[in-house]
Amino acid sequence: MIAEKPRTVKEYKTPVHINWCPGCGDFGILVAVQEALAELQLPPHRVAVFSGIGCSGKTPHYINAYGFHTLHGRVLPNAAGAKLANRDLTVVAVGGDGDGYGIGAGYFVNAGRRNIDFTYLVFNNGVYGLTKGQAAPTLARGLRTKSMPEPAIQDSLNPIALAIGSGYTFVARGYALDRKGLPKLIAQAVHHPGSAFIDVLQTCPTYNDLMTKEWLEATVEEHPRMYQLSDEGYDGVVADPSSMDEIVAKKAQAMTKSYEWGDHVPLGVFYQARLRTYEEELEERMPQFAETPLVHWDVAHRDVGELLEALR
Amino acid sequence: MHTSDLSWMVGGPQGGGSDTSGGVFARFAARCGLRVFANIEVHSNIMGEHSYYRVRVAREDRHSVLDRVHVLVALDDETLTGDPHAEFTDFGGHLREIVPGGVAIYDSAKKFNPAQAGRDDISLIGVPLLDLLRQVLREAGREGELTRLRVMTNTIAVGASVFAMGGDIEALGDVYRSEFTGRRAPVAELNARVAMAGYEFAAKELGRPTFDMQSLAAPTGRHAMLMRGMHACALGKLKAGIHVQTYYPISPATDESVYLEGLQRTQNLLVVQCEDEIASIQMAVGAADAGARAATSTAGPGFALMVEGLGYAAMTEVGGPVVFLWQRGGPSTGLPTRQEQGDLRFALHPAQGDFPHIVVAPGDNQQIFDDAFESFNWADRYHVPVIVVLDKYLSTQSRSIDTLAMDHLVVDRGPRYERNGHNDAADGEYLRYAFTESGVSPRAFPGEEDGIFWSTSDEHDPRGHITEDAENRIRMMEKRMQKLELAAREIPADRKVHVYGPSDADITLVGWGSVTGTVLDAIKVLEAEDGTKINYVQVRLMRPFPVDEVTMALSGACRLALVENSYTGQLAGLIREMTGIHIPQKIVKYDGRPFSEEEMVEALRQMRATDATRIHVSHRSG
Repeated sequence: MIAEKPRTVKEYKTPVHINWCPGCGDFGILVAVQEALAELQLPPHRVAVFSGIGCSGKTPHYINAYGFHTLHGRVLPNAAGAKLANRDLTVVAVGGDGDGYGIGAGYFVNAGRRNIDFTYLVFNNGVYGLTKGQAAPTLARGLRTKSMPEPAIQDSLNPIALAIGSGYTFVARGYALDRKGLPKLIAQAVHHPGSAFIDVLQTCPTYNDLMTKEWLEATVEEHPRMYQLSDEGYDGVVADPSSMDEIVAKKAQAMTKSYEWGDHVPLGVFYQARLRTYEEELEERMPQFAETPLVHWDVAHRDVGELLEALR
Repeated sequence: MHTSDLSWMVGGPQGGGSDTSGGVFARFAARCGLRVFANIEVHSNIMGEHSYYRVRVAREDRHSVLDRVHVLVALDDETLTGDPHAEFTDFGGHLREIVPGGVAIYDSAKKFNPAQAGRDDISLIGVPLLDLLRQVLREAGREGELTRLRVMTNTIAVGASVFAMGGDIEALGDVYRSEFTGRRAPVAELNARVAMAGYEFAAKELGRPTFDMQSLAAPTGRHAMLMRGMHACALGKLKAGIHVQTYYPISPATDESVYLEGLQRTQNLLVVQCEDEIASIQMAVGAADAGARAATSTAGPGFALMVEGLGYAAMTEVGGPVVFLWQRGGPSTGLPTRQEQGDLRFALHPAQGDFPHIVVAPGDNQQIFDDAFESFNWADRYHVPVIVVLDKYLSTQSRSIDTLAMDHLVVDRGPRYERNGHNDAADGEYLRYAFTESGVSPRAFPGEEDGIFWSTSDEHDPRGHITEDAENRIRMMEKRMQKLELAAREIPADRKVHVYGPSDADITLVGWGSVTGTVLDAIKVLEAEDGTKINYVQVRLMRPFPVDEVTMALSGACRLALVENSYTGQLAGLIREMTGIHIPQKIVKYDGRPFSEEEMVEALRQMRATDATRIHVSHRSG
């Protein structure tokens, strides 16, 4: 067999004009996704990228793959529908923190329960950028960015803890401008069988003057504020997925870790377990699901004779 | 009056088995060769509230319920005399609905006092239900199970009613034997014996059968199927090759989804129960985007959540999804388990902006089956969402039907992208939203090589990328809306409008959906009574609206009246908007119940006798 020429990052780019603000963290995430797809050598036509609404929602237009720019908060059920219809597709969903944890919170939680094999990246910048900087669900109580008339009046939620409670089987945090680490983390998430979630800290240079590149990358008491969980010897991977005790212990460990913030901001995989996916559940009910993507099932003109007889 | 028809009813507290008893009697009548029309009325409640099941049997097909009852099986006192604590009701129980000479079968252990019933003109048969059951169980050596099997007292009452109706008790036993399968199988034979005990008791009390239902039976031949609208709908979807059905539990739409869910393993389809109706429609859109035939079923409150998804599907020209809207009593939560046709206008313009979609409203089982099937073809051919408007009454009514016609069915997946086809851009790039003569751009399914495309809920260019360019906007808007004209040209006339009855009628009635059957029955009654010639125009395709066909059907009419199970009579407004034709009289009903044949006849008499613009009927059924 002759080895094909390896796919390069260039193959996953489109000529579409990118209209994010200069210096936006979204650029870092976009490149990281493209690099991850290249690292996994996925043919572009086998990849489908879904997005919600907002700055992050424009991402699919900039990636050479099937691209679906859906509605505000509704990216996950759309991505789930496509994945279940054609499980041969590699499905990556992206959206903002308002999109995923605010208007789409119900879908974020329920997608975790299903454990469908796809990846969800949340561009977490603490603000609603496209509507000019209102507080997003991740902005802590009392904080006030330069665009807000008053400080945030309610608490922020904890995306990592929420994801673990919801049932995601790969839960991680990344940083948009982590040129080396983020592509690898995304590739790991895409490779993971089951619902993989990465909360990506993303700088919004226009509206968020608190969680800036400088703040995040600062050194606090001689230690970088952001550090890799693996550097500390943290291990979030469930070694024996048949052990409920280990699953609970690893979840509890990850939940506790997820509350670390401020001077220390951990990055990397908080929790990972190889548990049954929704697709594997379906295979049990419909063996055909394992063999052929649903969309290719020739089920027109089903024989309903027995069903009619049952009505006699 | 359809004088030879017989009407049987069982009523009782919800959760007490009246649904099962009604279903058994309906099946029994169908197997005996009678034509059956049956329907259940229930409260939004799990246990205790009044529910009742009506079974109308006749020599020929009937399409509506009757108010009048020939044989009533009352499993509690409320069924007879109504709820004594009810504040606002003229209902007062079903005793008053029994025809002179009719029969009421009730539990003699209950408080009901026949001497105070004020019905000397009917037979009141008090049956010691529990004592009889105990006796049969003792004979079978199973007396110890009396508590567990107590619900079989219902079977005793049904057995007694079969005697009053003049039915064949052996045939009833056979229904229990064949219908009670699964966890009920061990009590099938016992039910047959218990029914016999009830039958024998009534024989002693009545001496001879009060009615002769067997005389209505077809002499020979195979008995008909008994089909509900939800069956016809699900079967149409299966024939159409549905891949994915999504749903969120809601009355009265759930029955259809649960029926399909039970068929997943044998019929190979995916049914997903979602977290809400927003997820339901979005998942269906995602599946349709991936190339699947996808549908979702809901009722008004769920449809209210789905609207953004409909606009999105129309904007991105997905092939589908098909949304099945089972109407119930509105507004808001309204009457969750009751009947209404109040969502027509909502279905016609469910989301912001101007966008194309198709709305169709079938009126009987064959039409439901055909529209459930064809809606997927329309979705694929025109890349629009399709809404099939149904209702509670259509879902729960069981009708005799000999066969579903299906030889005419053809699956059409619509225009698909082919490499080097006519929609390639100059540089060979595929344009998902290419401007075409018809407005429909061939689509690719994700996963296909060279088919990569983008789509967005924003306005977009032929590539599917966002643009706010004015010229592009004009052309895209025209491209999308143009597809409606194409659909209007291609959809055959026999899917748009039906005209029943003579062209030289004195009165022309207009209606849609579930009122169709009742109108057709009532017209016959009036015709037999005094020779009034009435015809009926059923509007089936609501969007694109069949302007020419409706205009032609209505313009020669002597007198026009609309019939609708709603407060405002929404179709009249639509017809005026689309054709300019004013329908001067409206017959409406909005008590949450379907029109009975008697109500419809009464309304038509009123309509005929006056110039009243609005005729409202309600017999305040339970």
